[in-house]
Amino acid sequence: MVLLFYICAALAVLAALNVILQRTPVYSALSLIVVLCALAVVYLLLGAEFMAVIQVIVYAGAIMVLFVFVIMLLNARPEAPSQRSRLARWLGAPLVAAFLVEMLVVIWQQFPAARGPAAATLDAGPAAVGHLLFRNYVLPFEVTSILVLVAILGAVVLAKKEL
Amino acid sequence: MDTFSETAFVLLATLLKVAIVLLVLLTTIAYLSWLERKVVAHIQARWGPYFVGPHGLLQPVADGIKFLFKEDIVPLEADRFLYWLAPFVGFTLAFLSIAVIPFGEGFTFRGHTIRFQIADLNVGLLFVFAVTSLGVYSIVLAGWSSNSKYPLFGALRSSAQMISYELALGFAVVGVLMISGTLSLRGIVEGQGGFWHLGGVNTFLPHWNVFVQPAGFLVYFTAAVAETNRVPFDLPEGETELVGGFHTEYSSLKFAMFFMAEYANMVTVSCLATLLFFGGWHGPVFGPGVLRALLPVFWFCLKVFCFLFVYIWMRGTLPRFRYDQLMAFGWKFLLPVALLNVLATSLVIAWLTAS
Repeated sequence: MVLLFYICAALAVLAALNVILQRTPVYSALSLIVVLCALAVVYLLLGAEFMAVIQVIVYAGAIMVLFVFVIMLLNARPEAPSQRSRLARWLGAPLVAAFLVEMLVVIWQQFPAARGPAAATLDAGPAAVGHLLFRNYVLPFEVTSILVLVAILGAVVLAKKEL
Repeated sequence: MDTFSETAFVLLATLLKVAIVLLVLLTTIAYLSWLERKVVAHIQARWGPYFVGPHGLLQPVADGIKFLFKEDIVPLEADRFLYWLAPFVGFTLAFLSIAVIPFGEGFTFRGHTIRFQIADLNVGLLFVFAVTSLGVYSIVLAGWSSNSKYPLFGALRSSAQMISYELALGFAVVGVLMISGTLSLRGIVEGQGGFWHLGGVNTFLPHWNVFVQPAGFLVYFTAAVAETNRVPFDLPEGETELVGGFHTEYSSLKFAMFFMAEYANMVTVSCLATLLFFGGWHGPVFGPGVLRALLPVFWFCLKVFCFLFVYIWMRGTLPRFRYDQLMAFGWKFLLPVALLNVLATSLVIAWLTAS
């Protein structure tokens, strides 16, 4: 189990790096799908089958399909590297390093015992998730859906010249 | 029995099950192509394949050998890696979902319960949906990597169609989920045993979900046909306009893989229809122990075969949709019907539990 976790974690990190380093948009999108699937396996190892499957259905199966669809529709070519500004060249790497250290410190302080995938103590089945979502967090849930609806309407209004 | 031999036994049983299921599935796919040609031929008052073996029964073998020995052509401008990857993705995903399909109840062998199912996931239904939702990548990648006009158009059509009908497909089964209260395919089937009782009177109607979810079933089956890109929704490969659609540039074994993936998807979708709406392996069971264990599998296979036959029947009967009709039908008819079905089902369940 732990071995599988490390394999999937390494796969996720490598694929995430590939998303950024690839010049061809389609390969970037595909790497992102690999990241999402690897994360789904990590969820599975934590005992959250429902979350794992939903991750694949929603992100890899729906959202990323739209990404790939748009890339194909625009027939995006390999991109030339952009002219980096001098500021980005000097500040980029130190900022990334600082952010990484900060994250590690926070994780270390919050979860001192976590040295690997923790055993799942939480019930993450569909019923439990549903109860949490529609009882305890019903207001944030509804607000999010309205936000998404507004975003869709905005996109349609922007994209369509005549309605 | 100590734990080591216990683990070994489970491992051996699982491997054996995987081997048998794969063998049966591959044979089914091969003979499905024979059945399709035969049935369509008889619908059109022809004989169909007749020369290889009695009634052309060895035709699938001949086809397989032919695919194996044909030249494998890769377009010059193709993206080689993705061109190679696409059929493998489609093939693998198409065969993956069979792992969670329960074929029957199972039997007891020296104190071990052996189930007719490779893996009993508690989110089995969602697993199948997850795998099928990834299947669209195979088509999209095939169309894009061929670097050719017609495959790209086919892939674009296909991805739009599959995204649209996936929604209706998902909503169509929500009614069944509300009735059975579980996402496990085994659990859904187990809730469908026996007969419907109306006001305490036995109606002798099997306790199948289709009798309380007719709208859900019709939407499911229509959307499933669209998801598998079959007639009358086979626009992604509409040969009169797109040559062959997303697989135009493919040849030899790679084309055969797309072909087998499509048939495997048909089998999966038919299995799901049987499990969700037609009581899975439930049917009259009688006789000695061996027959009792095997009859449910027979009923399951018979039901799946009926669905596969309807698939072929439709291909021989219906003309193809126009693309705008397809989109309008999916979004403006199927999806609202599925949503209304969910609403009606939840209202009835709420009323029944309240009274």
